[in-house]
Amino acid sequence: SKTAQLFNIRSWFGRKVDQSFLDDLEARLIQADVGVKSTQRIVDRVREAYSDKTADDDLLNFVKAELKALLVDPRPGTLAVSPSKPTVYLIAGVNGSGKTTSIAKLAQRLKDEGKTILLAACDTFRAAAADQLTVWATRSGSDIVKGAPGADPASVAHDACDRALARGADVLIVDTAGRLHTQSHLMRELEKVRGVLHRKISGAPHEVLLVLDATNGQNAIRQAEVFTKSIGCTGVILTKLDGTAKGGVVVAVRQTIDLPVKFIGVGEGIDDLQPFDADTFVESLFT
Amino acid sequence: MFDDLQKRLSSAFGQFRARGLLTEANIKDGLREVRTALLEADVNLQVVKEFMEKVGERAVGQQLIKSVRPEQQIVKVVHDELIELMGPVDPSIRFEKTGPTIIMLCGLQGSGKTTTCGKLARLLASQGRKPLLVAADLQRPAAIEQLKVIGQQLQVPVFSEPSSNPVKVCQDALAEANRQACDTIILDTAGRLHVDDELMAELKQIEKKVKPHQVFFVCDALTGQDAVASAGSFNEALELDGVIITKLDGDARGGAALSVRKVTGVPVKFVGMGEKLDKLQPFDPERIVGQMLGMGDIVGLVEAA
Ligand SMILES: Nc1nc2c(ncn2[C@@H]2O[C@H](COP(=O)(O)OP(=O)(O)OP(=O)(O)O)[C@@H](O)[C@H]2O)c(=O)[nH]1
Ligand SMILES: Nc1nc2c(ncn2[C@@H]2O[C@H](COP(=O)(O)OP(=O)(O)OP(=O)(O)O)[C@@H](O)[C@H]2O)c(=O)[nH]1
Ligand SMILES: [Mg+2]
Ligand SMILES: [Mg+2]
Repeated sequence: SKTAQLFNIRSWFGRKVDQSFLDDLEARLIQADVGVKSTQRIVDRVREAYSDKTADDDLLNFVKAELKALLVDPRPGTLAVSPSKPTVYLIAGVNGSGKTTSIAKLAQRLKDEGKTILLAACDTFRAAAADQLTVWATRSGSDIVKGAPGADPASVAHDACDRALARGADVLIVDTAGRLHTQSHLMRELEKVRGVLHRKISGAPHEVLLVLDATNGQNAIRQAEVFTKSIGCTGVILTKLDGTAKGGVVVAVRQTIDLPVKFIGVGEGIDDLQPFDADTFVESLFT
Repeated sequence: MFDDLQKRLSSAFGQFRARGLLTEANIKDGLREVRTALLEADVNLQVVKEFMEKVGERAVGQQLIKSVRPEQQIVKVVHDELIELMGPVDPSIRFEKTGPTIIMLCGLQGSGKTTTCGKLARLLASQGRKPLLVAADLQRPAAIEQLKVIGQQLQVPVFSEPSSNPVKVCQDALAEANRQACDTIILDTAGRLHVDDELMAELKQIEKKVKPHQVFFVCDALTGQDAVASAGSFNEALELDGVIITKLDGDARGGAALSVRKVTGVPVKFVGMGEKLDKLQPFDPERIVGQMLGMGDIVGLVEAA
C-alpha cells in the first residue's frame, strides 16, 4: 500500500537532473502502469531537455505537458450522435472490466439529457448477465431487449434494432459478454454483432467503446489493439479509477493507437461516471 | 509488442560470444532486457528491483556452458529464480475434521470471485465433498441470481436470503449447511476496493463472526503494478490463506501472481483458465513463469546441456 505514494514530486525540486533523478522519474511512471516503452520515451525527452540542469516547476510542467498533449481529447465526455434515430453505442471489453455497470451509468447520463434509451442485453453467456442489466435498466428508466440464456447475441442485437426503430428510441446501447481478445471465436461473434447493427441502422454503431479496467497493467495495450482491429473502437471508458491504481496504461495505449479516453468510472453507483479530463488525470499520476 | 525474452537477450548480447565466465560487464545489457521483460509482464517494480540484484549475484561468475548460447544460460538462471520465488507449491485445501469447512473468497470488483466459487464447488464435489454456495454479495445487481444459476448448473445448493446484512447471511448459512448435511461452505462476497474502509470493515466482521477456515484472495491476472497494494491490504485485514489467479487463459503475462506471492508470502493455490466452471487448475509455477518470460523450451535446452 506504500507503492502508490512513492514520492512527492515537489520534493524533487532543486535536485540535479542526473541518472538518479531520471531513475526516480522512471520509477514513478512505471508504478503508474505507463509501461516501459512509453516511460522510456518520456524519460529520454527529459534527459535531452534538462540534463545537468536543476529540477524545477518548469521540468515538472514539461513532463505533464508531454502527457497531456498525448491524452487530450478535443471533445471529452461527448459521444457521436446520429442525425437519425437511434444513435447506437456498442460496448465491449475483457471479462469483468465494468461494461454492464458503465452502460448503466451512460444510460443514466443520457436519460438526464432527456433522451430515451434502449439497452440490448447481448451477453447471453454469463450467468445472470441479463438480470444484472435488467436491474440497471429499471434504475435508469431505460427499456431493455434480452434473449434467452445461450441465445445468439447477434439475434438479440437484431431484435434490439427492430425495437429501437419501432419505438423511436434516441439511443440504443449494446452490452456484450466479456471476452479475452485472444479468444478468436468470441471476437468473431462480436464482429457479427457489429455487423448486424451496421446492417440494420444507418451509420451504426456510432461509437464503439472499449471498457478498460484502470487496475489492468500492460495487457490493456493488447486489448486495445485487438479489439480495435476487430470492431473498430472509437473510444475508451476507463473504470475503477476510485481505487489506488493510476490507470497509466492508457498513456501506453494512446502511444500505440489513437483511442481517446471518453469517460472514467469512479465507483459502482449509477452517477459514478465522469468525462475524462486529461489535466486532472495527469496531475493524479504525480500525487 | 512482447518479444520473446530470448530474442531480446540475444540482441542485447550482440556479438558477445566469448567462452568463459559470465561477468557483471558482459551481462549488463542482457539483464536490462530481463528487467524490461518482467516490467512488461507487470511484475511489481519493487519486486523486480530485488529480483534483479539476486539474479545478478547468481549469474556472475557462472561458467559459460559451451553447448548453449549465453542468453539461454541467463534465461535459465532467471527462470529458476522466478520458480523459487513462486514456490513452494501447495494446491491443497485443508479441511476441518469436525463440522463444515468454511471457505471465503474475497477480492476487487470483477476479479472473478463468483465464478471461482462455482469452480471450487465443482472441484470439491468431484472429490466427494458436499459444498454449499452462499450468496453474500448483496451489493452487485443480480449477484445472487448469478450464483443461483451457477449452483443450478452444478447441482450444488445455494443459500441466499432477503437481507441487507452479509454477516447475517453467512451466519444463517451455517445452520443451513447443517440442515442439508453440507461439509463445505463457500462464501461469495461482494467485490470491494482495499481502500474502501467501510466494506473492508464488513469483511472483517464476517471473518470475526463466521470464522472461515480458509480465506482466498481472488486476483485478476490482468492486474498491473497496483496488485501488491490491494493484496497487501486484504492480507493485513484478513490473513489470507491462499491466492487464486483468474483469467490466465489469455495472453496476460501474469506478473501480478509473482508480485502478490512475494509481497504477501501467501501461496497461489489455483489458477482460472476460462469462464467455464471446469476451468480451474492447480497452480503450476513452471507454466506461469514461462508465460511471464514469453519463452518456449530454452530451459529444457539448458538443463539438457
Ligand atoms: N469501484 C468501482 N467498481 C466498478 C466500477 N465499474 C464497475 N465496477 C464493478 O466492477 C464489477 C464488474 O462490473 P460489470 O459491469 O459487471 O463488468 P462487466 O465488464 O460487465 O463484466 P462481464 O460482463 O462479466 O464481463 C462490478 O462489481 C461493478 O460494480 C468503477 O468505476 N469503480
Ligand atoms: N477468461 C476468463 N474469464 C473469467 C475467469 N474467471 C472469471 N471470469 C469472468 O470474469 C467476469 C467476472 O467474473 P465474476 O465471477 O462475476 O467476478 P466477481 O469477482 O464475482 O465480480 P463482482 O462480484 O462484481 O466483484 C465474468 O465475465 C467471468 O465469466 C477466468 O479464469 N478466465
Ligand atoms: Mg457484463
Ligand atoms: Mg461476484
